[in-house]
Formats: sequence, structure tokens, C-alpha cells
Amino acid sequence: MPDLSSNLAGIKSPNPFWLASAPPTNSGYQVMKAFDAGWGGAVWKTLGVPVVNVSSRYGGVNYRDSRLVGLNNIELITDRPLKDNLEEIEEVKKHFPDHAVIASLMVETREEWHQIVKDVENAGSDGIELNFGCPHGMCERGMGSAVGQEPKVLKTIVEWVKEVASIPVIVKLTPNISDIVEPARAAKEGNGDAISLINTIQSLVGVDIDNFVPYPVVDGESTNGGYCGPAVKPIALNMVKNCAQNVDLPISGIGGIENWRDAVEYFLLGATNVQVCTAVMHFGFGIIREMLPGLENYMKEKGFSNLEEMKGKALDNVKTWENLNLKYKVVAEIDEEKCVGCQLCYIACEDGAHQAIRLKENENRVPEIIEENCVGCNLCSIVCPIEDCITMERRDDGSENLTWAQRTDANDIPTTFNDEKAGGIGHWVPKPTDALRK
Amino acid sequence: MGEFKRPETEQEFADNFSQIKPLMNETEAYYESSRCLFCYDAPCQKACPTAIDIPLFIRQINSGDVTGSAETIYASNYFGNACGKVCPTEVLCEGACVYNEQNVKPIEIGRLQNFATKQAIEENKNLFSLAPENGKKIAIVGAGPAGVSCACELRALGYEVDIFEAKAKPSGLTVHGVAPYKIENEEVLDEMEYLEKQFGYRVTYNSPINSEEDLRKLEEGYDAIFLGIGLGNTSVLGLPGEDLDNCVGATELIEELRMNHHQIKIGNKVVVLGGGNTAMDAASESARMGAESVILSYRRGPEEMGAYDFEYDLAKGVGAQGLFNVQPVEILGNGGVEGVRFTRTEVVGNELREIPGSEFEIQCDMVIKATGQLKQKDFLNMIAGVEMDDGGRISIDSSGRIGSTKYFAGGDAVNGGAEVVNAAAEGKEAAQGIHQYLME
Repeated sequence: MPDLSSNLAGIKSPNPFWLASAPPTNSGYQVMKAFDAGWGGAVWKTLGVPVVNVSSRYGGVNYRDSRLVGLNNIELITDRPLKDNLEEIEEVKKHFPDHAVIASLMVETREEWHQIVKDVENAGSDGIELNFGCPHGMCERGMGSAVGQEPKVLKTIVEWVKEVASIPVIVKLTPNISDIVEPARAAKEGNGDAISLINTIQSLVGVDIDNFVPYPVVDGESTNGGYCGPAVKPIALNMVKNCAQNVDLPISGIGGIENWRDAVEYFLLGATNVQVCTAVMHFGFGIIREMLPGLENYMKEKGFSNLEEMKGKALDNVKTWENLNLKYKVVAEIDEEKCVGCQLCYIACEDGAHQAIRLKENENRVPEIIEENCVGCNLCSIVCPIEDCITMERRDDGSENLTWAQRTDANDIPTTFNDEKAGGIGHWVPKPTDALRK
Repeated sequence: MGEFKRPETEQEFADNFSQIKPLMNETEAYYESSRCLFCYDAPCQKACPTAIDIPLFIRQINSGDVTGSAETIYASNYFGNACGKVCPTEVLCEGACVYNEQNVKPIEIGRLQNFATKQAIEENKNLFSLAPENGKKIAIVGAGPAGVSCACELRALGYEVDIFEAKAKPSGLTVHGVAPYKIENEEVLDEMEYLEKQFGYRVTYNSPINSEEDLRKLEEGYDAIFLGIGLGNTSVLGLPGEDLDNCVGATELIEELRMNHHQIKIGNKVVVLGGGNTAMDAASESARMGAESVILSYRRGPEEMGAYDFEYDLAKGVGAQGLFNVQPVEILGNGGVEGVRFTRTEVVGNELREIPGSEFEIQCDMVIKATGQLKQKDFLNMIAGVEMDDGGRISIDSSGRIGSTKYFAGGDAVNGGAEVVNAAAEGKEAAQGIHQYLME
């Protein structure tokens, strides 16, 4: 039986699934209910000087019939008194001593930081998360992502916190920045114990085109929010990878996680644990009952006995482009038995790629790959609606490996506008005027 | 000729009885599982007699954890694979799906369930943890859904289990009584073989328990006994001509059909007596076996039939014709069946009355009686302390126990004749009852 217990910079939890600091962790009631359902830890809704919130607060993005592939919010940090939150943290820890309770914090002055760190430690928190990520409302007041976007300021505040903190300090990063590695390094320099990412992405999810106002609408007006949910996962995965490869700090991965598979992807790219919010806001705490057995079954199948064994397993396989093998060659193959004849592969390749698929006249609707034109781009296989109908089949024999970096070293790269060393010379494309008959 | 040609080969039989819920492929399973809303306190789960966590197993299919999905299903229902096909999902889980409220097609829960468990069976996945042997032995009479479910649960709890089965194959009516277009024999038996391998209970086939001596041996050799004996043969109506050739009981006919497929003979003009689900099955099966006309006769109006609407639709869909408010008074013929004499009926108040002078005859060459099965009273009377209700059903307490005996029971013999899924649920519950009784 694989061991699912997790240890992030000394913060232990029975499993690596934490609730992210957000509405689902607004109260002791919710956190206890979540632990009871099986969650391993919870990062409390950010504490600080309580705020006043607006109504409404969320905007959703649907893709066709899929609800909430993205969620945008303009809610601020906790609007409840610190005293109430501290009492509830204490009570949760009394009932769940082995689960992780992390206090998310956001205040302004050094004195406030010192005070609130001591307060949450006294309440029994297992760790602290510094909210340097919130990209709406709080940043206008110089907090949240306003700190995360200034590595120097970030480092200073981490130092203030570390002056008094005796429990591990996680620095939560904002993705609203050009290079995530900079604030991650600043967190390390400030002596932070771990980083968590990503916080939400600044966003407008849509506009009410009858009333000319973006969502969510507050009395006929709106403001930018923070975007999260399944749609942000690819952005978050890349940032987690960048931090894992460049900064020596444990990572708590956040962004679009809603099943075991999402979590495994984060682990393979270097995360020690994961935090979840949107999926819980959509489906409730009960989704944990899919995540735990799913992770366990995957680990059994792969022979991982604990989480550390799988951590970062994919990192060595993420390289810079210039180090990829230019001699690797795949082409598309269509399974005629499975093909339903939608011809989406054809039109995607014809109009959107390299004109490497043709339609067969007077026959069934199964298109044909023109193998000599196929560059192996994958587009047809990812638009195909049928599982395993279009597959990419290897054509090189695997004996050659040549990268752009090696060609650069060998002075074998195109350098002038009509250089014949480039890939396109002699490569077949239809005549422009052929288009007019189509 | 009727809609269906008489099947003469195994292939023709398979074509006539093609599966109404065929196995999903990966694409279907992905799309269908994507549609599930993951309702909280889900109505589908509440509608399932075994309370499978349906939203969870569908989500597990969707995230690619098909093994976990099968584990979720089997944790609640040991007949998970068969039930995916034979359950009347239209009136259970799928009938409860919230999509119905907006006329959106409900999730095909049954087929998804069959898909997930199929892989576990094929790969002989080890999904169960068995408690260490506790030294106690239980005998089970009948390897039907109730008996086998009880056996699995008892093995999981650490008991040694012996099942005694009168017939040559396990699963009871799942293989002997369900219509062939719902599930094929091989699929039923594959699941039984999988469970037997996984749980390690012993089944002795062709060994009916039918004497006081047999029962005494069980009582002496075992700490408790579970009766999953089901029901007996088709009831006798007491009509003149009932013993003519080709006047047969539906239960017996369907069993023969399932065991011998195209090799059995069905008449050309068939009259089915009865308005329950078995009558609908018998009518559908007769049509699919090549009968030219099939008449479903019922003594009350169509709205009072015990059969589910979708079962009546299935029968009508292959050409069976309903004949309502008629009561058979005589099976006509000389050696073989040549017709049925009916009288018309009317319902006055709540009472069914024959209309004097309304008799008429219908020509046919086969009569199938689907008018209920006998209770096994003679057998049960051999057990001291057994109580039965007025309908001959075994009376049990909430733990499945019969009075203060060491006998427990579940399935058709207790509920009077219900679905495979009900028997599976009751067998499992009774195992918990036995555990409680022996651990006290």
C-alpha cells in the first residue's frame, strides 16, 4: 500500500491534498467538514484587517456544455474578525491534530506582521502562507500581488515574518509577472521555507453585451478579478516547473486541480503537495473521494511507495527547445475502423497546418494522410473526437540525435533570409492559386 | 413470417437477441462520463437498491481510474457487471437522473457501470481485501444473486463459505431467467468466475438441498445457514387443458431458451398469459425466436400491468400485441395446444368481474403462462421455526434472520420476486446480519 503522507518543509499531513486559501476555508465549520471528508490540510482564508466585500463576486467561463472551466473572483480576504478565526483554528487543531492547518496572512506593516504571526502560531497553526498573490482589490492597497510583483519588497516582508516565526513559512506567488523565478528566488533569499503557486491570474471573464459591463456586475459596473480553475492549469504547471528547476525550495502546486491525474502532473513537475479551490467550489469537498484512490491506484501501478519517489520525475524531460532532437520524426496514422468521417482532421490540416491530409473521392469519408507532407505536428490527432483513432507513429529509427544547439555549434544553422539550411526549402506547398478552386 | 427469421444457428440467435445495452467503447465511456454533473446527495445513488456511489464511479472513469471505478461499484454491489446490463435502470438510477427534469437524456449509468467492471473482470483485478479467517463456517443454499453476494461479503469478513447449488451454473435467474438481449451467458458466468477466484468461497453444483437429512447436516456442520433459494416453478392456474403440450411456464421456457438458444422450438402463434415483466420477456423472446404472432393477454387494463413501461415497449417493439381485460377459461386442443378460450372482464370498483356471455376463442399453437412462480413452502416447512407470510414469503427480521433460528434469508424467497439488484443487496445485508449474530 503506497504511503500518501506528505511533508512540505516540515508541515506534515496525512495526504498531499490541501484546500487552498479561498472561500472553502472561510470558517472552522468548512475546514472540519473537509477534513472529515478526507482532505489532508487546509490553508485558511487569508487573515488580516477584515474587509468589506461587494455583491456579486464571481464570474464563470463555460466551454460549450462544460461549466466553470474558468472562475473569476473579486472577493477580498477574510471579512471576519481575527479573534473568531483564531478560536476556530484552535478548535480545528484540537479535533484534527494530524491534519495541516496553515494560516494565510496579508497585512501591511512590520508590526502587524509580527503580531499576526504570533497570533496564528499561538492558535496552533502548523504553518504560515504569505499571500503575495491576490491580483484584485488588495493589490490596489499595496498588498497581495503588489508585493509579489516586487521581489525586493517580497524578500523584505519574508524577512520580517521570519524574524518571529517558529513554524514553516510558505510564500504564495502571483503569476501576474513576466518571470516567476525572480519572486521565487526572493522568497528563498528572504529565508522562506517553501513557495506555493500560482495565485489567480488577472482577468475579465466576459462582458454583458446588452448592458456593456463585464462580469461580475456590481451595480452596473465591474472590476478585474482573479482567474482560476481548470483553464489555468497549463500556465501554473509551467511556472511550477520553472521554480522546481531553478529554485531550491519545496513547492505547493496550485491551479486547476480537480482530479488525481491533475495532482500527479504537479508532482511529476516537482510539487510536494497540491492545493485545490475551484473544483471544491464547484463540486464540494466530496471530490476528495475520487482523488485519494486515484492517486493510490496510480502509485501502485507505477510502483511508487511514497510521494517523494515520484516528485519531479518529469523534470529531467523538460528541456529548452534548442536541446530537442531534430531527427525525431512522427507522422499521423488514421485508424479506418474507428474513424467516423467528421473530416475535422482534414480541414484542420488543410487550413490550419500543412495540407498533409486528402479526402478520398467516391469512397467512405475516411481521409488519407499524405505522409510525405506530414510534419508530425499532432494537430489532426488532437482535433480528432475519437479515442486513439489518429495516432502519431514514429518513422525515424531512433539512431540519430541532432539538436539546434549542436547545429549551432557546428555552424550548420540558417542565418540568411533565403538560407537553404532551413526546413522549408523544397518543402511542398500547394500553389497559391489552387486555393481559388477549393 | 414474423419480423424475425427463426434462428437456426448460434449466430442467427445472437443477431435476433442483440444486446440492448452493448458494451461501451472508450470514446463512448469518455463522452458519457463527461456529462455527469456529480450531483450532491445524488438521486441516482438513492434510487439504487445497493446504493452504489454512482457519481464517484463515473468521475473515476472520466479521470482514467477505471480500476478505482470498479472498486467503487463492487464495494456496494457484487453483481456490479451484470446489474449494469440487467437492472431496470430506466426506473432506478437512470430514471432518477436530474437531467430528466429538463428532458435531457439521462446518463447511461448502467452501461458505464458495465464498462468499468468489465475491465476488472477481464484483468482479474484484485479489488477486495479479505479479513483473516475467523474459524467460522457458513453454508449457503443457492448460488443466485442473494447467495453469491452473501458469500462474497462473508468471505470479506473472514468466514469459510460453502454454497450448495441445485443447478449446473451459478447466478440463478441472472443466467437462467433474464432475457438474452439483456445479457449473454458468458458475461454472467465470467463475473461469477471472477468473484469465486477473488473471494475463494466453494460452490458445489448439481447438489440440491431438499431433504430433512440434508438440512440436518448443514445445521450440524455450519455456524449459520443462508437461504437464497429463490422461487419455484410457474404456478398452476387450474384451467382445463393446462397440461396440453406447448402450454408451458415462462420461467421454465426462458431457462431452456437461455441454455439451448436456437435449438428450442417456439410456436408460430403464441399467446402469453400475464402482465408482469416476465410476461413481457416471454413475449419479446417468442417474437425474436420467429413467432408470427404474439399476443400478450392480461386480465385488467394496460395501466394496471405490473410490468415496467419500458418492458412493455420492448415487447411491442418486436411485434407483440396487447389484449386486455380478458381472462383465460380453457386451453383448447387435443394433445397439443390449438387455442385459448377467454372471457372478457371488467373492473367494478376494485373488483375484477367476468362479463357473462362474452366468451371468445383465439387460435394459437403455444401458450406461455407468465402468471407467477410458486413459493417453496414444502421445503421451508422442513425447517423448524420458519415463518412465512400469507403469500408464502419467508419472514425475516431486520438483520435477515429467520425467527430465532440459525437460518438467514434474502432474495426472491423473501421479497416474493424482485430484481437481481434487490437480491444482491439483501444477500450482502444478511451477511452483515450473520456477522452480528455470530460475533455477539
